[in-house]
Order: sequence, then C-alpha cells, then structure tokens
Amino acid sequence: MASETILSVKDLRVRFQTLDGAVDAVKGININVKAGETVAVVGESGSGKSQTMMAAMNLLSSNGEATGHVDYRGRNLLTMPKSELNKVRGRKISMIFQEPMTSLDPLYTIGNQLMEPIRRHRGLSGPAAREEALKLLRLVHIPDPERRMKSYPHEMSGGQRQRVMIAMALANDPDILIADEPTTALDVTIQAQILMLLAELQRKLGMAIVFITHDLGIVRRFADRVYVMRQGEVVEEGEAEALFANPQHAYTKMLLAAEPTGTKAPPPANAPVLLEGRNVEVVFKIGGGFLGGEPLMLRAVDKISIRLKRNQTIGIVGESGSGKSTLGRALLRLLPSDGVIRFGDRDISEADRRAMRPLRHELQLVFQDPFGSLSPRMTIGQVITEGLLVHEPALTGKQRDQRAVEALREVGLDPNARNRYPHEFSGGQRQRIAIARAMILKPKVVVLDEPTSALDRSVQKQIVELLRKLQADHQLSYLFISHDLAVVRAMADYIIVMKQGKIVEEGPTEEIFGSPREAYTQTLMNAAIDSTRFRMSA
Amino acid sequence: MLRYVFRRLLTAIPTLFVIVTVAFFLIRVAPGGPFNQERGLSPEIKANLEAQFGLNDPLWLQYVHYLGNLLRGNFGPSYNLPDFTVTELFAKGLPISIQIGTSALVLALLLGSVLGTIAALNQNRMADYSVIALATAGSTIPTFVIAPVIQLVFGLSWKLLPIGGWGDGALINKVGPVLTLALPQIAIVARLMRGSMIESLRSHHIRTARALGLSDWSVVVKHALRGAVLPIVSFTGPAAAALLTGSIIVETIFSIPGVGRYFVDAALNRDYTLVMGTVVVIAVFTIVFNLIVDLLYAVVDPRVRYD
Repeated sequence: MASETILSVKDLRVRFQTLDGAVDAVKGININVKAGETVAVVGESGSGKSQTMMAAMNLLSSNGEATGHVDYRGRNLLTMPKSELNKVRGRKISMIFQEPMTSLDPLYTIGNQLMEPIRRHRGLSGPAAREEALKLLRLVHIPDPERRMKSYPHEMSGGQRQRVMIAMALANDPDILIADEPTTALDVTIQAQILMLLAELQRKLGMAIVFITHDLGIVRRFADRVYVMRQGEVVEEGEAEALFANPQHAYTKMLLAAEPTGTKAPPPANAPVLLEGRNVEVVFKIGGGFLGGEPLMLRAVDKISIRLKRNQTIGIVGESGSGKSTLGRALLRLLPSDGVIRFGDRDISEADRRAMRPLRHELQLVFQDPFGSLSPRMTIGQVITEGLLVHEPALTGKQRDQRAVEALREVGLDPNARNRYPHEFSGGQRQRIAIARAMILKPKVVVLDEPTSALDRSVQKQIVELLRKLQADHQLSYLFISHDLAVVRAMADYIIVMKQGKIVEEGPTEEIFGSPREAYTQTLMNAAIDSTRFRMSA
Repeated sequence: MLRYVFRRLLTAIPTLFVIVTVAFFLIRVAPGGPFNQERGLSPEIKANLEAQFGLNDPLWLQYVHYLGNLLRGNFGPSYNLPDFTVTELFAKGLPISIQIGTSALVLALLLGSVLGTIAALNQNRMADYSVIALATAGSTIPTFVIAPVIQLVFGLSWKLLPIGGWGDGALINKVGPVLTLALPQIAIVARLMRGSMIESLRSHHIRTARALGLSDWSVVVKHALRGAVLPIVSFTGPAAAALLTGSIIVETIFSIPGVGRYFVDAALNRDYTLVMGTVVVIAVFTIVFNLIVDLLYAVVDPRVRYD
C-alpha cells in the first residue's frame, strides 16, 4: 500500500521543568505515519513514547514544553492556535488511553459523553447525535446499547469502558487513532478482545493506528512498522517483520530476548508435601450492620484443594477477581478461612496469630507492588533484618548485619546498599530487596503474589532468573500467583487455573499449555500466547 | 432514597437526645444561677422566683420536666427576658439571622467558587497569587476587625451605608453584616475550590475531553467544575448551620436583633432555657444541613447511591 504520509514528527523535543531542573523526555525524534497503516512505538517505561504523542496532541502537563514539528497533512500541530487545533483533535486525530477506569468522566452518562464530540465536530442536533452514538456503541459491540446510553462509567467493566473510549475516539471518522497502551490495564482475555476490535475497526474504517506499547506481543501481531524508543530517542525503526527477524540495535535485541524462556522440571514424585490445603474456603461479608439490611456474602475462594511439594512451583493463574491472591493469603493463614490447612505435619487450620508466629519465617510472602511494600522511612538494612528481630532474637547486631550482607549478595544487590532508603532504588531493585527480606529468614515456602507484574519485561526476566536460582540453591517451594502466562510458563511446573473462586483446570505446565481442556483455559491461552502473526492491514 | 432519608432522620433522634442531655447537665455544672445578679435580689424574691420556675426540684426531675416540655414543642420561658418564651424569641430573631446568613452563604459560594476557579486555571501565575493573597487575608483578619472597618469607611466616611441597626430589614442595612460574615467564608471557599479544581483539571477524563477537541468552556465548566464542586458541597453543610444560626460578633457590632447573641448572653446569664433552646436549634440545623448535603452529593455524583 503506497500511501501518503499524513503525520510526520520532525526533530521533536519535549522538556519538563521539574524541581530537580529540566528533564528532556524526548530528544529530537522523527516518526512518520502513512494513511491506513499501523505503527508501533515500543519502549520501556520512561522511554518517552507516551510523551511523544501527548506532545503531538498538545496534552503535555503544564510544566512540559514541546519544540520541533508535528505536521499533520502539512500543518504543524505544535504552533497551531488552540481553536484550530481543536478542529483536528478528536476529529482527524483521536486518542485512547491506558486507564479505561478513569478516562471517562464519572459524572456523566455514556450517552452524554459520546454525543458531545459528535455534536461539537459535526454540529448535529440532539436526536441525530443520539442516533450516531447508538450506531457507534453497536460498532464497538457494546451489548444493549439503548440501555448503555443511560449508564454511568462506574456501572461498566474496564473492557466495556475501553470500548466506549474507542467509540468516542472514532466518533468523527478520524485519519489517525493513537492508542496509548490501550490494553495494559485489562485482563488478558479482554486485552485480546479489544485488540481484535481495533483490528476489525481498522479494516472497516481504514484509519491509521499508532500503538504506543511495551508489549512486543502486540507489536508482533499488529504493527506494519515499528519505532523502538529508549531514553527519549528512537534507536531503531523498520518494517515489523524485518525488525523482529533481524534486530540491529543492541537495545532491540535485548528487548526481544527479554521474553521469559525455559521451563521448570517437576520435583521427584516422592518429594514431601510441605503445604497442603483441603477444601479451603474464604467468604467476605459486604455491607450489612446497623440498619443496613442483609449483608452480601462473596465467596472469594470456593472449596479449593492444593498440595505444594518441596522444590515445587505451583502457578496460580486467573483474571483479576478470580480469588488467586486471596487463596495465597488464606494458605499462609493471613486471612480467616474454612477447611483444612497443613504445613508439614502440623494442622494449622485453626492457628491464630500467636500460634503462627514461630512458623512465619518458614512461610514468606512477596508482594506485587515493590513501591508500596517497603517502608519509606527505614533503610534497606532495617527493612530486611526486621524479621530477624522477631524470629531470631538471639542474634547480635553484628550477626544481623552479616546476614543482611549475605541476603543482599544473594539477590544480586551491592551489600553497601543497606544504609540507603527505598526511594533510591528502581522498581526491579526494590523487588530484589523485597525478596531479600523474605530470604533472610531462610523460608521453606514463599508465596509470590504477582512479583513481576509492575516491572518492565527486561527486568521481569532478571527477577524470574533470580527466583529460579534461589529455588535451586535452597530447595524452596513457590506458590506463584500471576496473570502473566508467559512468566508462569517459565516459572511453574504445575498450574492451577482459577475463575470466580473455583479451580477451572489444573495439571502439569506442559499439559495445560500443550492441550488445555477447558474452554476458559483455552481462551486464556489464546489471548496471551498467540504467536501466529495477525496483521491488521494486509 | 426516601428510605435513606427516613433512616437518617431516625438516627437524628438519639443524636439530639444525647446533645440535649449533655448540654442540660453541662450548663448546670457551671456555678451560679439565672437569678444571681450583680445587684442581688432579696432572698425572698429569689426563692419565690426559683420556686416558680421549679429550680428547687431535684436536678433529675427538672431534666424529666424539660424533656417532657421539649417533646411537646415547649422550650419554656426565658429567665432573663421574662416577658418572652424561648420560642417567641427565636420566632422573632431566627428569620433575621437566617436572612443575613443565607445571603452571606450564597455570596461566599458564588464569589469563592469563581475566585478559586480563576486561580486554578492560572495556577502559579499572577491571578493565582492574587487570589491566594486575598484568601489568606480574608481568613486571617478577624470579623471584629472587618466589621468596624466597614462601619468606619462605608458608614462614617463615605456615608454609603448605615452604621448599624436592622431598619426593619431594609436592604441597605444588610450590606455591612452580610459582607462581614461572608468575607472569611469567601476565603475558605476560594481556597477549597482552587485545590479541588487543580486536581480535577489534572484528572484523566479531562485529558480525554481535551483529546476529543472539546471547547475550553465544556472542558472547564461541564467536566472539570462539576467534579471540583464536591468538596464545596461537603463544606456547605456545617457552614450553613453555622452561618444561619447567627453570629454574635456581627449582630452585636451592627446591632442586629438576630439569635446569634443569645448563645453567649444566655450562657453568661445562666438563662438555662434559652441556652438549651439555642443548643437544640443549632443541633437541628447541623443535622438537617448535613443530610441535605449528603443528598446533594448524590445528585452531583452518580456513583454515590443511598440504597
């Protein structure tokens, strides 16, 4: 398809004035978008990929300034008066964002918000705009559009909100749709649906799409051309196929190699069972109380049985709200639950906090959020040795310090870091610290609750490798909770698929990935790991 | 919704009961009584008076009597203004205080919101700094300074306004007291509005509205402002209760026959029934306005539902 270039970014620079001085987020980049094609701008967090497009749309925050050219059909958007720009934004170029939960105004109905850009740009009357809005809702496959027009955003799921966002963006038949991480905040099955929808709409309407993403899977499946960004610069560009087959720049190679690989062998059949749950059940009570009426009972974990052997990794996968984190916490007796839980040869089903305390150092938990789970006012040394004060009070200060040094070495951090504070570390380093905090107690079982989800792919891979090494060195057992199937596949030898508090399917990793039996598992697998290339515009 | 209102009014009853009880015994703990005056009454007259008002009964009996009367809507006679019942005093003064208070509240909400919005839209620029300076001045200068200054400048020097008096509710007599009462509130509303508007303008859905090429008017007024007024709505409840029940400073300086004076005067004179009447009025206003605010909240924000 030989078509004209409609958007051309030339020598674009974006600079933010911050308290620490000026920060250059984008350092003179060039990007071209031709009519009807799909361009992906790839990079890790902080690469400037979002700010590039924000600058093009004049949506930078007030301390940001863009210079250079963003030419749309020959006119520079950066220097255009606002009234002119508003005839392009939302009409010729429109944008959808990463945060479907907050990108719609919570105070107005879907219909109201959908009709607004239609009326504004096309000057349609109320009833005509309404018709048009209904048509758009049908276009993005929102069920029961008549009723949905009267709904408020909070009454819809994330996936549906993103569909509404897409409908709004397409309301005026734009030339270019900029999609800024449009699926990152969504569950994998929903991600696939949204991507399919975008592909379908592109075929129907023929607009160009600019994908801003860190997800190479999306790029591989959808993009015609790719720009790889790093620290505000485009380090490589080219046709998607060629770039994937033969990456030139070291950074691109690293990104491509960052997909987690390898598998874990199952433990020997006679390995002892360390942690066992039988018919574990967790019920949350919502509402009720004084004059409040009947409470709502939510069965977050519904009679689940699980046996974790020594040196085994069980991956628990499922979408948000499936109860996987709750199950992990219940097994560690951090949440009240029904059913039987055994640790080694002890029944801990009824153990209260006091009874659990001597066992805690053998049962550790690592959280998803490496920012929120470390106290900002404690040094790293204090953070990781805090557990020793409780579990091995006999240790002297010097011995504790020695243990901190060992633990930090073990997770690949410089032991001298122990006098510094959490904010001085990157996300990946903080996750290492959180792991060191668990490891210093020499645990037998570690529950890893989405330990890599908040991290960039290349960092994820390092954490996965670290966790594997620690497991091999110490014969650890992991309960690995994640919605990221690629990471689970590399980490776990046994997998439990959860949906709405129940086990949908379980089995050895090979089996689950090789031949999933249940429809739900198949959807999940297809959504996540579809390596067949699926071109939007061919 | 109706069920919610009913439930809230139902929970107001024990609240009021507790307030009345605490106030009743608290004021009795204070030494002295309604008839201990500087000049002193002869012991016989004092004994007579106390017997007449039942002040010699045991305290618990007085409490039971008071509650019984209160349930029948009878606040009792005022001890220090013996020609009037407490109900009559409020019937006369409360409308005046409500007029002044409502005007001040409306003025504060309108002017404060506008100033706050202007400041937010010009964050860290001249207009913003001016509003902040004004707001700081407004909330730091006490009313007992503002009131005499207004009297001095507009009343004595320029002779634009009367210096004081109610003048049977003539508009010109209200200007001074309303301004005095409103100024600190304007300052508070402006600060609140500025803060919540800045936050609202930063939210993701405002970014969406801009990306859709909507006009500035629509972005600011339709989308940002509606979200930003929520804290103002919360503020309005207690503020309305406080303003509408009168202000002793403003009413004293401008000689306005409202009810704001009663609270302090009555407490100083140990006019038990009047103190209690004032407590009940302020409590009822507070409860009712907080309920109204909660209902308004649900009107502005569809996510809030009381079912």
